[in-house]
Amino acid sequence: MAVCIAVIAKENYPLYIRSTPMENELKFHYMVHTSLDVVDEKISAMGKALVDQRELYLGLLYPTEDYKVYGYVTNSKVKFVMVVDSSNTALRDNEIRSMFRKLHNSYTDVMCNPFYNPGDPIQSRAFDSMVTSMMIQVC
Amino acid sequence: MADTVLFELLHTEMVAELWAPDPDPGPGGQKTSLSVLESMGFRVGQALGERLPQETLGFREELEVLKFLCKDLWVAVFHKQMDSLRTNHQGTYVLQDNSFPLLVPMASGRQYVEEAPKFLAFTCGLLCGALGTLGFQSLVTASVTALPACKFQVVIRKP
Repeated sequence: MAVCIAVIAKENYPLYIRSTPMENELKFHYMVHTSLDVVDEKISAMGKALVDQRELYLGLLYPTEDYKVYGYVTNSKVKFVMVVDSSNTALRDNEIRSMFRKLHNSYTDVMCNPFYNPGDPIQSRAFDSMVTSMMIQVC
Repeated sequence: MADTVLFELLHTEMVAELWAPDPDPGPGGQKTSLSVLESMGFRVGQALGERLPQETLGFREELEVLKFLCKDLWVAVFHKQMDSLRTNHQGTYVLQDNSFPLLVPMASGRQYVEEAPKFLAFTCGLLCGALGTLGFQSLVTASVTALPACKFQVVIRKP
């Protein structure tokens, strides 16, 4: 289960950030911000290496002592960043990939919504509830 | 097979509707209708540009994106591929469709050539929107010399 999920537009401003409310949200905002550099690095590295397959899933961006940060970039250069609790070792790569796939599908649905202007902050309740279902339940 | 017809009919009605309330088709009125059609196509193109390449892995360069437009996008919207793609390798591409589905039911030859641009505005916007989502600012224009063949010229603006 994720602790913080963020959707960043291709111009690198956040379209959507949500974190579990128990902690200092600012800390997560900083983490997501710093992870953007790592994402850019990975994207440009992929561009230069003549790899046949160009993956959308970027994998573990960087680990800190409490948290691990994962990244995913879409074809339209929209980035998804997910912060996960390090103590939750049961979370495997496949699960993270499937969470990103769900995020991508929901984001595509938001884009196709005629009431949504591309570039605006995401206010869709459907997207919200999907993200909530992926975050930790804090009692 | 039925869905192609539905879109064609809807598109024809859209064009007719946007042209009808303007009894004086002066240059100002015509331009607004064309730009309304183009902006509709643009928004649709933005959404399609997000949804269609969802399973495809990343595009490495401009030419790949254009090929994606000619193949996957055209097939998804018009159920056929673009007939030819030419480029000068400096940001200008000419996409040629020899039997554009939105023009096929109209005529076959030089009749109605002056009316054809209205029916191409939506598609120009579509291409522009899809390119926009995929990261390229572009200018798309269309030209017709003999129905139903038409050419779309795409000029990619360098940032």
